[in-house]
Amino acid sequence: MSAAGYSLLAVTAVVVATLAVGAYGWRFSRTTSDFFVASRTVRPGLNASAIGGEYLSAASFLGVAGLVLAFGTEMLWYPVGWTAGYLVLLVLVAAPLRRSGAYTLPDFAESRLESRGVRRLSALLVVAIGWLYLMPQFQGAGLALAATTGTGAWLGGALVATVVLVNVLFGGMRSITFVQAFQYWLKLTALLFPLLFMVTIWLGDGAVSPASTGTTPGDSWESPLAGAGDHRLYTTYSIIVATFLGTMGLPHVVVRFYTNPDGAAARRTTLFVLALLGLFYLLPPVYGGLGRLYAPDLIASGNTESVVLELPARMLAGTLGDLLSALTTAGAFAAFLSTSSGLTVAVAGVISQDVLGRRLGGVRAFQAGAVVAVLVPLGLALLAEGVGVAQAVGLAFAFAASTFCPLLVLGIWWRRLTDAGAIAGMLVGGGCAGGAVLATLLGAAPAGWPGALLAQPAAWTVPLAFLTMVAVSLATPRRVPRHAARTMVRLHTPEAVQLDRGVLPR
Amino acid sequence: MPDSSPRRVRVTSPRTGAARVQRVPVAREIDAQTALGEVYMRSLLRSQLRLALLALATLVVVVGGIPLLFWLAPELSTVVVLAVPLPWLLLAFAVYPFLFAVGWLYVRAAERNERAFTDVLDRS
Repeated sequence: MSAAGYSLLAVTAVVVATLAVGAYGWRFSRTTSDFFVASRTVRPGLNASAIGGEYLSAASFLGVAGLVLAFGTEMLWYPVGWTAGYLVLLVLVAAPLRRSGAYTLPDFAESRLESRGVRRLSALLVVAIGWLYLMPQFQGAGLALAATTGTGAWLGGALVATVVLVNVLFGGMRSITFVQAFQYWLKLTALLFPLLFMVTIWLGDGAVSPASTGTTPGDSWESPLAGAGDHRLYTTYSIIVATFLGTMGLPHVVVRFYTNPDGAAARRTTLFVLALLGLFYLLPPVYGGLGRLYAPDLIASGNTESVVLELPARMLAGTLGDLLSALTTAGAFAAFLSTSSGLTVAVAGVISQDVLGRRLGGVRAFQAGAVVAVLVPLGLALLAEGVGVAQAVGLAFAFAASTFCPLLVLGIWWRRLTDAGAIAGMLVGGGCAGGAVLATLLGAAPAGWPGALLAQPAAWTVPLAFLTMVAVSLATPRRVPRHAARTMVRLHTPEAVQLDRGVLPR
Repeated sequence: MPDSSPRRVRVTSPRTGAARVQRVPVAREIDAQTALGEVYMRSLLRSQLRLALLALATLVVVVGGIPLLFWLAPELSTVVVLAVPLPWLLLAFAVYPFLFAVGWLYVRAAERNERAFTDVLDRS
């Protein structure tokens, strides 16, 4: 059988396994609560695997290795930041967010600030960030399938969209939890197993350091500072701010916290996730490093994102290499499927509650929301030619860090936050971050310092959003929510204590 | 004991109808949003916030200090430890156990804070 045949077989196996594991969850899915938050009964171990499975997207599975191959050590800040973002999330929002008792981010915003306006703006932002993140997943799926099996670029995206839609329509969050937990372990195996063979070969070849093969003299492959010229320090810190603070604002990350039984379980789940992410992120950089030794032509051709898919076949001759490459292709498809599933559930939850909720009820609205949540970004992915997986994901992080991060942090820890302050802060932060990245993508950014500020905007847009939120809240002291003190009790006290926690949302 | 100690005397009070001190559970103080309940809530919030800021400060100083360190001393990036360049060793391997350790200590301390709060409310 040919290499393309093996890859096609591997992708088919992942799709069938995903549907089978999902079908196992369908049996349990009956109520609206099952569909939205798996009835809040998911234990930390299973939930952490599911979060890991959902979080490790194509950008982690393919993108990190490609970026490390092309640019070197500085790109390690992305996996480090994506993991550290979970630590920030654990420390600042995990338990209070679960205790808030809300289903989605807009629910949280409305119950904390007692305002419909904040709710509408949050719903808009959730859908925007979700679609921004879903689009590159579909595009990446198309590229990966085209690269390994030679099919049309549209097929991969359509395949992923269909599988996700089937699982979400029939099983909702219950089903997705099982699917994602399974996919974390699949992704880990798909990277680890070929790596064992490849590292053995590397050791047999004398364990040459990838840093020693500079393609150009003065190459800064081993330097941990990003970018070039005078703004290296700024660019590095801006990536750090965007990834550390952006994680908590991603809709599919936040919605997972509501599936924990209580606040303490939410914390333990997050700790578990930290361990799983740390374990996984040890692997992709090694692919990048080995790729520099064994597949340097990928740098010249600009095709670095396929290093994970191609490296096993290049280092190991014959059927074994083809089989291992098929395994990494299967892992990549697991990455596309799991991240898209999580995002679809999050976006569908918001669409069904805030747009369709009044006309349709419960599960029907959720299913209609899921269809809209998948079809729009699929259409965008097929129409717009690739912005680049890593770039679109980076934009989503900077955008989330500049909008939802201040809302969550101030909403949870500062009782004088007002609805006017929250709206002003999200508009200023989101407007500046969105505008900056649009300018960069359209090529309208100037060179030098202004260009660096626009290319990585998080380091100035996040503080600006925080400042606006605080300043406007202080200027409108009469708009502090009436039940702010009661909400604080609900967010911060352990569930074991019998207290009046006010009215839970919904 | 020698019998030099004075004999025990029973002391009684004629005021049998004295008002008992009313013991109000702290939980009810918090529910009624009295000044005292506010003090309890504020102390819980403050201890949790202080803990969170401590964990974040550790993260910012240790991980956030890495770019600054290599910017101030660029020759460090060529140092090789155990056949691995130092920046690679820090960012690809060493940072993950560190993040987990900070998270683990945080979870322990946060649960201790909550237990202390629950104990105060149960004892009253």
